[in-house]
Amino acid sequence: MNITLRAWRQAGPSDEGGFETYQVSDLSSDMSFLEMLDVLNERLTLEGLEPIAFDSDCREGICGACGVMINGRAHGPQAATATCQLHMRSFQDGDTITVEPWRAAAFEVIRDLVVDRSAFDRIVEAGGFITVATGSAPEANLTPVPKETAETAFDAAACIGCGACVAACPNSAAQLFTAAKASHLNLLPQGGAERYVRTERMVDTMERFFGSCTNHGECEAACPKQISIDFIAMMNRDYVKAKVNSRGNA
Amino acid sequence: MEFYRSAVGKKWVMGVTGIALLGFVLAHMIGNLKVYLGDGQLDSYAHFLRELLYPLLPKTVTLWLMRTGLVIAFLLHIHAAASLTLLNRRANTAYRGPRDLAVASYASRTMRWSGVIVAVFLLWHLADLTWGVTPMAPEGWTAGAVEANLAASLSRGGVAVLYIVANLLLGVHIYHGAWSLFQSLGLAHPSYNRWRRRFAQAFSAVIVIGNVSIPIAVWTGWVG
Repeated sequence: MNITLRAWRQAGPSDEGGFETYQVSDLSSDMSFLEMLDVLNERLTLEGLEPIAFDSDCREGICGACGVMINGRAHGPQAATATCQLHMRSFQDGDTITVEPWRAAAFEVIRDLVVDRSAFDRIVEAGGFITVATGSAPEANLTPVPKETAETAFDAAACIGCGACVAACPNSAAQLFTAAKASHLNLLPQGGAERYVRTERMVDTMERFFGSCTNHGECEAACPKQISIDFIAMMNRDYVKAKVNSRGNA
Repeated sequence: MEFYRSAVGKKWVMGVTGIALLGFVLAHMIGNLKVYLGDGQLDSYAHFLRELLYPLLPKTVTLWLMRTGLVIAFLLHIHAAASLTLLNRRANTAYRGPRDLAVASYASRTMRWSGVIVAVFLLWHLADLTWGVTPMAPEGWTAGAVEANLAASLSRGGVAVLYIVANLLLGVHIYHGAWSLFQSLGLAHPSYNRWRRRFAQAFSAVIVIGNVSIPIAVWTGWVG
């Protein structure tokens, strides 16, 4: 198949950037979107041109490195799919595809389709961990965890931190990411001890970088791991409780 | 105060004030339906509101307490919305290419516009039927003659259209708000999640049908 690709090119953070159009021919519909970019980049390199910079790592949808805006949708048209798992068969022969980096004030474009997502690291640093004394592991059966709770915590833990939620949000809010990262710890006994102080610190850090939630639901629709906005409600409730109960040592 | 400084706190305040305003809108609509009973019932109802809890409290005191609460709820709702809008403008960078929203509803995308328009309409509506300020109020406006004022105001064709359009926008605003408040207040659970959207649909439908029926009833000569 043949496609026309309109790709965002930007030499660096201070460069203005703009779209460039490329004809990409003889593609297999079984190629992933990233493999299509690989084919184009190989040709650009042979022609002595600069290849299109993009992030990728595992290419099996579990690392969260890849992610671009494809025809105005985060990770492209297919639900519950990271860009690396999106295949060219999702497009028609002769299509024009527009590809753009995630846009948010906190996600500065480093080059072409690569953005700086380190604001996510600041949020995780603020509370996305459990403070426990290390040593010999306790007997697992001493702290029973209901099956439903374990499943819900695992649903939240599926977050790969790709940033599609922020990219899809008209407010550039990071509520879904933060809620997932807080909830997968908050729901379990080991993480539950720091539930409120964690939520408070992570939300306060989140708000230094990102917008606020207006409940459009775009994040949930864009999430390659289909993480539910129920976790956002849970985080909102915990944040209120944290502020009410706080003894001022947050 | 520290809580209100946070965006999550502001959304919580928007949810709580939203509930207060929804309660008012519902009570206001139910009260208005008295116009269908005729026989001066709407006027007696308005009179009753001025004497609510009398003689426990002096006349109009209860009414003013409720009005004060409403004004505070409106101001907080608007202040939180405005400051969150500014925050979101700062946080957002526009896409240069096409943007294809997946699920955001017309209502959720237009909350700021529907909110601003309904607020402006509210001032117009107060000038028309509460304060009796011309040119908003109809000719011959008389304090206390609620039913006559209402019929005179809504028999002006342009005004009736304005009331219908404003109430449709109010319905759009409520359609998103009455669902959204559950999320902002942290009320989500698989056991009742599907009822949240239905509640918002039913609530906005009831408000729109009740309120829009009145200008139509005046126009068709059923009332007034």
